[in-house]
Amino acid sequence: MNCDECKHNLATVHLTEMYNGQKNEMHLCASCAAKKGAMMFDPSQFNMPNLLGGFLSGPQAVQGFANTTPMAACKTCGISFLDIRNTGKLGCPDCYQAFAEELESSLKRIHGNSQHTGKIPLRSGENTRVKRRIEELKEQLQSAIMAEDYEKAAEIRDMMKEIEKKLD
Amino acid sequence: MGIDPLLYSTHVGWMETKAGIDADVVISSRVRLARNIDNIPFPHLLNENSGKGVIELITKACEQSGYEPLRAMQLVTFDQLSELDRMILMEKHLISPQHARFNSSHRGLMVNSDGALSIMINEEDHLRIQGLLPGLALEECSRQVQTLDDELEKQLTWAFDAQRGYLTACPTNVGTGMRASVMLHLPGMAMTAQINRIFHNIGQLGMTVRGLYGEGTEVLGNFYQLSNQVTLGLSEEEICHNLFLMTRQIIEQERMVRESLKQGMIYQLHDRIGRAYGLLSHARIMSSNEALTLLSDLRLGVDLGLITHIQASAINELIVAIRPAHLQKRAGQDMDAFGRDIKRAEIIKEILFRKNTQS
Repeated sequence: MNCDECKHNLATVHLTEMYNGQKNEMHLCASCAAKKGAMMFDPSQFNMPNLLGGFLSGPQAVQGFANTTPMAACKTCGISFLDIRNTGKLGCPDCYQAFAEELESSLKRIHGNSQHTGKIPLRSGENTRVKRRIEELKEQLQSAIMAEDYEKAAEIRDMMKEIEKKLD
Repeated sequence: MGIDPLLYSTHVGWMETKAGIDADVVISSRVRLARNIDNIPFPHLLNENSGKGVIELITKACEQSGYEPLRAMQLVTFDQLSELDRMILMEKHLISPQHARFNSSHRGLMVNSDGALSIMINEEDHLRIQGLLPGLALEECSRQVQTLDDELEKQLTWAFDAQRGYLTACPTNVGTGMRASVMLHLPGMAMTAQINRIFHNIGQLGMTVRGLYGEGTEVLGNFYQLSNQVTLGLSEEEICHNLFLMTRQIIEQERMVRESLKQGMIYQLHDRIGRAYGLLSHARIMSSNEALTLLSDLRLGVDLGLITHIQASAINELIVAIRPAHLQKRAGQDMDAFGRDIKRAEIIKEILFRKNTQS
């Protein structure tokens, strides 16, 4: 198919315009399209880090306050939240602490969740296991109190005290 | 030496259909875990020296491990591999397309002899531990990678946080660091345009569908990769089980469609499969897209019992053997697209009929 404008070159840009419900199709060669100022979609602009960066930016960026936090840097690796937003990658494990607040809402958007409930490392995860057990017991304690089962509640409280001793 | 068989053979473990459960629909199952070593920046901030440090820590951990499968793994760094060989590993699903791009001394792969277990080193995370098996075998894959993880963790301290779980370079992997996936062949559902209906809502279930080579690759030959999207807030068992349940539903659906096609459109089906067989066995020039489409039809014929003298595993092997790097490796030279199309037609005949005479 030849270009609608110059009728000479091969049409490589295909435009569909909707105007007042009227559909208008144009087939142009690259140079005529450029002359017409056609918006050309550049797929290189649409890559995963950019997409993810958008996810990481949060509502404050939309409202134009993007510069409030991004300048602070992670003390361990020196990466700023702006870098993270641009690359979609954190710099080091400590970034998760350094940008905990900024990440909280992003993680919820990505995973629908921000709290890990899966595996805990066998060797180095003892503390985490104890903490998770205490959290479970807390919930049981609450429901025991709600059910006015004070005998059970006392039992759970004792168990919690016992387990808390294991924490470093 | 080392990983040579994985580079030169077109066959790897996951192609073996006889070993696979539900192998008429599920080509392979895969589980990978993202792990990072504590107190070390993520790979994209490492230079050659610090990157090599990570490799040393990992190799040392393997050497000192009492776990035989870990000690038996072979390490290859990417400065030892040509671009072609890295592409070969990618086409076999042993490394990601992103990992294959770099000719770097601090990127690498550890892999066992049949490719079922592998560890990408310094890809996006320090380690990406992968299990890859034929058929529907998510639980077994998971068991194997979790064991590798536990054994490695005896020597290495992972970056882990009680709240966020296993810490990863990209927040899309944090938590379990686990991505489970199945490679599905769904010609029936594609033919009857049911695919979109099924996959439309899959995002809401925390899962995603991709093409043959994962993120950013197109769907070819009705091969779809279904995987979990969410890694945080679910346990490893839940992730695997959700994917398993979804896969089971798709398998049932696909089989029903195939059966009804067989009942109601047997001539059309025979015709389509026969044409695929004819082209595959007689064409002299074959593009990659055409080959995958025809192989998909042929595979359907084999699974439905309409073609009995070709083995499904030969077709699995061909999915990989017809990729550009594998063709060039076999030819022993670089080839342009046209040259590859000729070589492709040749290899297809060779592998289809080689298996043919064996059976």
